[in-house]
Amino acid sequence: MQVTINVNGEDHTADVEPRHLLVRFLRDDLGLTGTHWGCDTSNCGTCVVLLDGEPVKSCTMLAVMAAGHQVRTVEGLETADGLDPVQQGFIEQHGLQCGFCTPGMMLTARALLDRDPDPSEQQIREAISGQLCRCTGYLNIVRAVQWAAHHPAAAAAATAPSAGSTP
Amino acid sequence: MQVPASFEYRRAQSVPDALALLERFGEDARVIAGGHSLLPMMKLRLARPEFLVDINDLHELDYLRQEGAELCIGALTRHRGLLESELVGRLFPIFHDAERVIADPPVRNRGTIGGSLCQADPAEDLSAVCTAVRAVAVVLGAGGRRSVPMADFYRGPYETDVGAGEMLGEIRVPILPDSGSAYQKVERKTGDWAIAACGAALSLADGRIASAGIGLAAVGVSAAGYRRAEQALVGREPSEEVFAEAGRLAAEDCEPVTDTRGTAAYKRHLAGELTERALRLAVERALRPAAAA
Ligand SMILES: Cc1cc2nc3c(=O)[nH]c(=O)nc-3n(C[C@H](O)[C@H](O)[C@H](O)COP(=O)(O)OP(=O)(O)OC[C@H]3O[C@@H](n4cnc5c(N)ncnc54)[C@H](O)[C@@H]3O)c2cc1C
Ligand code: FES
Ligand code: FES
Repeated sequence: MQVTINVNGEDHTADVEPRHLLVRFLRDDLGLTGTHWGCDTSNCGTCVVLLDGEPVKSCTMLAVMAAGHQVRTVEGLETADGLDPVQQGFIEQHGLQCGFCTPGMMLTARALLDRDPDPSEQQIREAISGQLCRCTGYLNIVRAVQWAAHHPAAAAAATAPSAGSTP
Repeated sequence: MQVPASFEYRRAQSVPDALALLERFGEDARVIAGGHSLLPMMKLRLARPEFLVDINDLHELDYLRQEGAELCIGALTRHRGLLESELVGRLFPIFHDAERVIADPPVRNRGTIGGSLCQADPAEDLSAVCTAVRAVAVVLGAGGRRSVPMADFYRGPYETDVGAGEMLGEIRVPILPDSGSAYQKVERKTGDWAIAACGAALSLADGRIASAGIGLAAVGVSAAGYRRAEQALVGREPSEEVFAEAGRLAAEDCEPVTDTRGTAAYKRHLAGELTERALRLAVERALRPAAAA
């Protein structure tokens, strides 16, 4: 069946089987392999993408269900102005080791900061609680998100104009 | 990679459209809401529908509102919607207690109350909550709508009163004066299903318990429900002794089985303890309604 899905601001039209999962559509059909795929059972959260701005597990969503919606993947974080503050935060605070969980973590962080530019540590931990990291122990991920919260203007003028001003 | 078996997909444009599709495809059709129970089951071939009717565009089923002395919850209301609703937290803090510990934020962004109740997983939290608050399910079909109390809605594990060609449209919860409610759950880790959980809702009149509802999750299907525990509460002044008595009866009446989450004996112990704790908190909230939210 023919579907049109907007991914990172661009419409993609494709003929897909209804049983085709969104994560496969992104990775196999569009070649956007930044979206990782781990447990396949909606437990690990590495496949998280933003659907209309909110984190969802793309291994547990049919591509046809995303038709007519806006999907944002990790490839959509960087803009012409440079890296998203969240990406910069992961660099600054060493928020990753192997990097497997990182795309989902960064997108969840982006969604959190879009809603609340200055979340508490507890709110950050809650936001990422559906995503597993086997390397970092989470502490540096939390710090990375905090860094991004404190540097909202770091190259992000185009993506997060409402994220507040630099403290 | 787990992939579901092939099926046909239709996106319903309206409630009548969804009902017409369900009617046309009969037993072979399934509603898909959040898909967070159905898709995993389809990947494992535990479910193999030939037609999926997607109701995610039916925004008319996504609402929370008070109508007179009832809280009305549209079947497509997401877990997150329940968790973020001030109205729900004020009237029925039990929903917020439960939603905080149901799955995780991305799952809560998709999963719906309708899907939760229709999945009827014995460890499902909202079924226990809806049982405790004496919710009534409004089932829609070609012949109109019918109201089904939770006790009749839940027919057993993975089985509900919703028939072929029907769908769940709404959940209605009676709002009682001087009432309080609470949910207590023990799980292995954040976002996990319950080892055991208990929801309690009660109302007070003249310093005594006027009505009481108890619902437990993950401790088996109690054929008799928790009537004995509820009856032990009604007409009594709330006290530690009364809570303990109700907890003892609930623990006796539940039917847990040993599995990877714990032994039957441990779960039975939890059932009693969590019933006591839920009752204690529910009474506390009934006495201090301002603090309930
Ligand atoms: C990782 C993970 C952890 C979880 N942890 C918990 C937990 O701790 N506690 C808990 O309670 N739940 C938990 N869940 C389940 C979660 O709450 C699901 O979202 C919920 O059970 C199903 O809702 P859904 O909208 O996704 O339903 P779907 O998967 O879309 O549907 C489930 C079933 O209900 C039917 N259905 C859906 N809507 C309707 C309707 N309106 N009318 C008729 N039939 C309908 C479908 O046909 C299907 O049979 C977890 C899920 C996951 C993936
Ligand atoms: S691959 Fe989707 S949650 Fe693990
Ligand atoms: S960095 Fe390796 S899993 Fe998170």
